[in-house]
Amino acid sequence: MSQFLDFIPKIPVADSVEDAMDLLTDTFAGFFDVIKKSGKFSMEFVTDFLVMIPPVLFILIIAAIAFFATKRKFGLAIFSIVGLLFIYNQGLWEELMNTITLVLFSSVIAVIIGIPLGILMSKSKVAETIIQPLLDFMQTMPGFVYLIPAVAFFGIGVVPGVFASIIFALPPVVRFTNLGIRQVPKELVEAADSYGSTGWQKLYKVELPIARPTIMAGVNQTVLLSLSMVVIASMIGAPGLGRNVLSALQQAKVGNGFVAGISLVILAIIVDRLTQSFNKKRQ
Amino acid sequence: MEKIKIENVSKIFGRHINQALKLVEQNKSKTEILKQTGATIGVYNANFTVNEGEIFVIMGLSGSGKSTLVRLLNRLIEPTSGNIYIDGENISKMNKKQLINVRREKMSMVFQNFGLFPHRTVLANTEFGLEIRGISKEERRLKAEKALNNAGLLPYKDQLPGQLSGGMQQRVGLARALANDPDILLMDEAFSALDPLIRKDMQDELLDLQQKVRKTIIFITHDLNEALRIGDRIALMKDGEIIQIGTGEEILTNPANDYVRTFLEDVDRSKVLTVENAMIRPISLNIDIDGPKVALQRMREEEVSVLLAVNKLREFKGYITADDALEASKKGENSVINYVRTDMPIVPPEMYIQDVLGIISDSKTPLAVVQEEKLVGVLIRGVVIEALSSSDENEGVTENVSIS
Repeated sequence: MSQFLDFIPKIPVADSVEDAMDLLTDTFAGFFDVIKKSGKFSMEFVTDFLVMIPPVLFILIIAAIAFFATKRKFGLAIFSIVGLLFIYNQGLWEELMNTITLVLFSSVIAVIIGIPLGILMSKSKVAETIIQPLLDFMQTMPGFVYLIPAVAFFGIGVVPGVFASIIFALPPVVRFTNLGIRQVPKELVEAADSYGSTGWQKLYKVELPIARPTIMAGVNQTVLLSLSMVVIASMIGAPGLGRNVLSALQQAKVGNGFVAGISLVILAIIVDRLTQSFNKKRQ
Repeated sequence: MEKIKIENVSKIFGRHINQALKLVEQNKSKTEILKQTGATIGVYNANFTVNEGEIFVIMGLSGSGKSTLVRLLNRLIEPTSGNIYIDGENISKMNKKQLINVRREKMSMVFQNFGLFPHRTVLANTEFGLEIRGISKEERRLKAEKALNNAGLLPYKDQLPGQLSGGMQQRVGLARALANDPDILLMDEAFSALDPLIRKDMQDELLDLQQKVRKTIIFITHDLNEALRIGDRIALMKDGEIIQIGTGEEILTNPANDYVRTFLEDVDRSKVLTVENAMIRPISLNIDIDGPKVALQRMREEEVSVLLAVNKLREFKGYITADDALEASKKGENSVINYVRTDMPIVPPEMYIQDVLGIISDSKTPLAVVQEEKLVGVLIRGVVIEALSSSDENEGVTENVSIS
């Protein structure tokens, strides 16, 4: 029986994917290089700027935003102050800023790509049948796998880290945008149509505003996913808190790993609550 | 003048539409088409015309295709075949741009669940149609505020629709449609989601409004009483087919077939008839002027034993019995004011007979029909029963139709 199975020679999937990657890398080398250089430049610029802000001022700004975003409640504001002070106290301030830059770039780019894709999906059945399986694929593929093309295209450093994070964090915002627009009550779509709206008018004046809470839930998920890629991205040289977790792992230093891990959790909680409260506030 | 004309319009849902269409052209029945092709007929070969300024009611049970039919008029649903003319222009042949213009300028739609945008204020909702047309901010605000003012909703303009009651929301829906100043109003079960009392108010308001603005109104409903109340003409639909078109009276007196007849049996006469239809002329006495002698004289003249007491403004004050008038006369009094009894129940003229039945059976006296404090009629038990039982001849109902 096994002879029969062995009758079919191994299909060279791995080889052909590699060939295709090589081809891509070679053909678009100039393009990738431009992206890498400009990306690295702008991210370093943002990180430098963040590091330049006095930590006390930075903490106070975050606390103030948290205070007003949560309808003048003290909970999140106090948590932000204590948490950020803790990170500063542990000497992880610069790493924190690096991580924030990475999350900022990857989630903003993911949202910029994701929302139009979601809109396209909601409007076109063809687009939906093509994009849906791609999203399933992206979500089930382990995050590590994205590191390989990232390295192939961009070498090592922060840019491939952002690239891998974008791919990893993209699906929720696309799915939620699609869902949000499709869930707009039929009667409201009919109302928009019956008054003679063009497609764009309908989208801007009715569908997007009504779908916004759902889209924002997707944005929130995307931000958190890109944060969760931080550690994995550090394997290809992206700077930040992830690198500390990684080196603690490699050297089996439980204490260091714990501190860096807890710092990531603090950042995640602040980011999550902030994005959620922006959503609630506007409803 | 002819405003809307529908010619052989059909809508078929599902697959094998072309095949189904051929069968429609061969006048095959709906079940036959469903059996052969699996396609469902939404609207089957509809033909009618609507005149300018008319309230045309399309009535049918759920699934009869009435909502589909109204959506064919503005092509929210694309007709499979047939022609739809508005002001002589063929809507069904228009391209996207022309269609958008017709939707913007010629017709507005009012929806069953109001179709208000929850993220926009009442004012912004009312402005919607004008905004879509690209009318300047000042002008659309002015028009929208005027429309809201007519609906009595101007004080609520900055609230969100969710903060208003159902009746008020639908007034906003109507104001939004009217702000656009369309020729045609499409009203899809516009009042069906409202509770009965509010619904009746809204029907009255629509009729009042129609007196003023004279729009061409296509009104969809599943409620025959509503259709009879507001429709100039009614089209009855069943399974996507229009089975009868006519005035309420024509349909009631001359049902086209058994289906219409059974449908009409659902009409509860007591729900259609109002006090106004059954009340009779009151025999009254002006108690500010007339004394007991005049009272007794009038009772003899009219052969009654009770007079309704009014003041010189014809405001209802109570009633006087023959015994009391006689006693006052014996005592030599000049006025009967002290003998006026006030235990007579009062009902408004627009109240349904159904709601009066309980009151009239509990009351020893007839009922006074009072509108804005003025006495307008009197309701006697015998007349009420007569009105209800005249259903066999359909007299009561048709009378009501002509009044409303």
